[in-house]
Amino acid sequence: MKNPLTMSRWSPYAAGAGIGVLSWATFLFMHKALGVSTAFARMAGAVEGVVAPGHVQANSYFAKYLVGTPAFEWETALVVALFFGALLAAWLAKRDNPGAVPVEHVPALWKWRFGGSQWLRYAGSFVGGAVLLFGARLAGGCTSGHGVSGGLQLALSSWVFLITMFAAGALATFAIFGWEGRNHV
Amino acid sequence: MFDTNFFANPSVLLQGAIAGLLFGFLLQKSGVTRYNVILGQFLLKDFTVLKVMLSAIVVGALGIYAMRSTGLLGAEAMHIKPADLLGNALGGAIFGVGMAVFGYCPGTGVGAMADGSRHAIFGVLGMLVGAAVYAEAYPWVNAHVLTVGALGKVTIPSVIGISPWWIIAALAVAAAVGFTLLERFEQPKPSISMTREADRQVLPPAAC
Repeated sequence: MKNPLTMSRWSPYAAGAGIGVLSWATFLFMHKALGVSTAFARMAGAVEGVVAPGHVQANSYFAKYLVGTPAFEWETALVVALFFGALLAAWLAKRDNPGAVPVEHVPALWKWRFGGSQWLRYAGSFVGGAVLLFGARLAGGCTSGHGVSGGLQLALSSWVFLITMFAAGALATFAIFGWEGRNHV
Repeated sequence: MFDTNFFANPSVLLQGAIAGLLFGFLLQKSGVTRYNVILGQFLLKDFTVLKVMLSAIVVGALGIYAMRSTGLLGAEAMHIKPADLLGNALGGAIFGVGMAVFGYCPGTGVGAMADGSRHAIFGVLGMLVGAAVYAEAYPWVNAHVLTVGALGKVTIPSVIGISPWWIIAALAVAAAVGFTLLERFEQPKPSISMTREADRQVLPPAAC
């Protein structure tokens, strides 16, 4: 049998079930739910706080996360370690198949629609990321905090988020890339 | 940070790091740290994202509600986010548009940086900016948006007034039936599979 640790892909059902079991552990042993976007609010405030501490303390949103509470919390450690967990998984995949983790500057679908300019893609990535996190903070969570953790608790807020997120994501993707885009992913 | 330490205590950070390592590992192995997989989901061609999320939700819900029923988890151990329905819906829609442009969600974007995706680095920087912009908008949003449809920390079964197990059972059956049909449907017919194969050979290999 192949070593599962060095396989480049797992069954999405198995990996998803694993995330479900991981949630049991974080609820039971850590009194926490998986979530990623809160850490970005804390980190943005911490970076801004170096330049303009008064402004950050006076902001009612940052104050919730940064006054009387550490900036580098459970969620922040989770996000940093998430990077290394993915790095470990990618590194193990490369041991079996050196081509398993191709370097990607401009994805094929984007290149087909917008051309091969790296900087245009980087700009798209940056703007998309900013819009994404604004939406996450307005909704109160992202695909992890709302999608997985809130979804499995059957929270009303999370299922409203999940449904609007998928609908808007699909509409926007078809608006940008069209039906023809399906031949390029 | 202000009036306190910058870092939480080491045992909390160690716990977060263990959870994060496993989470990142599972995300990479599931394939959702790739741009093509996320956009393929929105284009209704590759259903990996839904498979991963619904599996996590069904398995997670079974365990969490079993632990609630047996008293292993108390009511205070739940982490329900408040229903501010306008904020949840509007935020979800903005999030979906951002995800279509960036190609990742926050967690998979961080994982993608470790999975060969160089452009994801710029999206992660953009996420920090997005959080800062939201903080500036928050006083207005809090007064005008988050007040609409504010129902508090409610769940779907509590709003309907039924046992959560009915919802979990419905989700599990819907996922099992839906994905069984999908797997059958996803088996390409010979002629289509040949054209797709030909398409692939014309496209440059993704490894360049």
